[in-house]
Amino acid sequence: MPKLFLSIQSSKLSTPNSQPTVDWFLQQTINGLGLGAIYALIALGYTMVYGVLRFINFAHSDVLMLGAFTGFYIAPRIEQIFGHQSVLGMIMVFILAAVVCACLGMLIERLAYRPLRNRPKLTVLITAIGVSLLIEFTAQHEKVFGAAPQPFPSLLKEHSIHLGNVVISSNDVLMVGVTVFLLAGMWWIVQRTRIGTAMRAVSHNQQAALLMGVPVNLIISFTFGLGSALAAVAGLLYAIKAPGIEPLMGVQPGLRAFVAAVLGGIGNLPGAVLGGVLLGLLETFAGGIPGLSNYRDAIAFGILILILLVKPAGLLGRAIVEKV
Amino acid sequence: MKPGTFICSSAASLAGLIALGLSGCKSGGGDTIKVGEFASLTGKEATFGTSSHEGTLLAIEELNAAGGVLGKPLELLTEDDQTKAGEPANAVNKLISKDGVVAILGEVASSRSLEAAPICQLNKIPMISPASTNPTVTQEGDYIFRVCFTDTFQGAALANFASTVLKAKKVAVLTDVKSDYSKGLAKSFKQKFSANGGQIGSELDFNGGDKDFKGQLTAIKSDAPDAIFLPGYYNDVALICIQAKQLGMNIPIFGGDGWESESLLTIGKDAMENHYFSTHCSSDQGTPEMTKFVAAYKKRFNGKTPDAMAVLGYDSAMVLADAMKRAGSTAPAKLRDAIAATQDYSGASGTFSLNADRDAVKALVFIQIKDGKFTYNSTVNP
Repeated sequence: MPKLFLSIQSSKLSTPNSQPTVDWFLQQTINGLGLGAIYALIALGYTMVYGVLRFINFAHSDVLMLGAFTGFYIAPRIEQIFGHQSVLGMIMVFILAAVVCACLGMLIERLAYRPLRNRPKLTVLITAIGVSLLIEFTAQHEKVFGAAPQPFPSLLKEHSIHLGNVVISSNDVLMVGVTVFLLAGMWWIVQRTRIGTAMRAVSHNQQAALLMGVPVNLIISFTFGLGSALAAVAGLLYAIKAPGIEPLMGVQPGLRAFVAAVLGGIGNLPGAVLGGVLLGLLETFAGGIPGLSNYRDAIAFGILILILLVKPAGLLGRAIVEKV
Repeated sequence: MKPGTFICSSAASLAGLIALGLSGCKSGGGDTIKVGEFASLTGKEATFGTSSHEGTLLAIEELNAAGGVLGKPLELLTEDDQTKAGEPANAVNKLISKDGVVAILGEVASSRSLEAAPICQLNKIPMISPASTNPTVTQEGDYIFRVCFTDTFQGAALANFASTVLKAKKVAVLTDVKSDYSKGLAKSFKQKFSANGGQIGSELDFNGGDKDFKGQLTAIKSDAPDAIFLPGYYNDVALICIQAKQLGMNIPIFGGDGWESESLLTIGKDAMENHYFSTHCSSDQGTPEMTKFVAAYKKRFNGKTPDAMAVLGYDSAMVLADAMKRAGSTAPAKLRDAIAATQDYSGASGTFSLNADRDAVKALVFIQIKDGKFTYNSTVNP
């Protein structure tokens, strides 16, 4: 039934060339969701760390890049064990990359951020930018990854589902599915587990949590590990979407995801996902308008500024809670 | 330190610098002839710079093996501009003022050649670009040359190709707004294609380095053109073709010489099948000069097949050496006149002459991607 409906629509409306058709709208929505899901996943990592530490980890987007490169180097070996383009092999690549990046994230926190824990927030923020640049430029060295894009292997055979003229790529389904699953997972960890309770306690008041016997250092390490694992998954999904990976690949989506996290209300998990999806949709629709596609970032970010003018704490953020 | 010592020491270092500068200039007329080259050896468009550099290097080595030019060996000084805006200016300034080169070879990308050209013109040092096709590059001044055709010719050839070979009535255009090359080529294509009676469908833009193009591609899809003209560089082109395939678009996508790179195939894989691009030459075009070059290149670079950028890198150095021989001097003004007088030169890429605009007038070839390979399709003469 939907198939029939769509094909009638397209035959009726395909003649005018600038008029948006139903197909166009549905296809752009799907494209936007696929892109937004990745932004959402990256934004989740930003928001987790912010929620606990009240600080933006700018190196997050570089951990994403490291996740993609981990996948790039381990995928051929995994392939030998599990076979070419097997589901199990892909899951293994995701898990291994997440573990590697979780360790890296915890290492970064231990070496760069922990020594500055009691310094002004600005010091830590500048350090985060420094760590980010350090990773980017180390990775660009020819003996590390090199600056030229590398072809990322296809981990899973791609299928496309045709609904009339609308095409849904299995990759888009994968991206949305993984994001929903991880959002649910994060929410469960934060709200329903012991360690999650501890995370919320640290977020609320570090000193008080310490006095109550919460191992603050451990909790912060765990948060960084979790955030970095999310970044690794996002990096792999981004590499599957655009299979030319390079050391600066994280910068653009990282910046957008940061904005998405702010838009959704920083520190708020569903807010990050909402912000990411919204940004993905805005960008895709703006990019698909002839004559305006050049200004797609300007349009997307312009709308974000408008939203933030009306709701300064973000869509789901509550200013009062932040102040407690 | 007392203020006096500071002035003394800085004066001393200044004197040292001047001495260095002088000796730099002198060595230009010393035991070697210094030729400067700037190329994107690393970064986003690394295969362009690597290829053109290897071609240039091979030419210099061959020339030196044959006894050099004017009785002196050539010395190639190469600077990597890392595919970054701003770096070509640094590289060329260094090559001219510190190293004292007699001529500059480079770059492939028009945006970066456009950055270096005014500096070469100001210093009156001849610059030969191997493969920058944007018309404005040589308009920077009478010291700027190229050994390739311009986009006015390439755009027109592509428009004719779309009308006659692809039999396209309506073509969508997707331009990289960050690149002078892309904008220039899109402009000349649109002019000629409209003049041919074709219709330009939706025109969309992207920023080189973007990773998601589905928004633009969906808009193009709903406009239902017969083909997509994509004047971009290979990294973006590969991702765009992958995403077009994901959206179930089966129409031909075609573009210019910015597509030519092995990375197009390693990243794009089967999404590149049956798409077309125009370029400067093909390693299997069968001319004796090309056959000789391909053999020498494969021998020198471990069996690697040269692409068009390598061939043009070779030709740019050979044209320079030819001009030095004819001028009998490496004095910039004489060298400039000799390069400008290049006529019916038989290069590896083909036979060409430099016209009054200092652009090479030469044939163009079309390549189709078939079974994961660049396959020679046809030649268009100027």
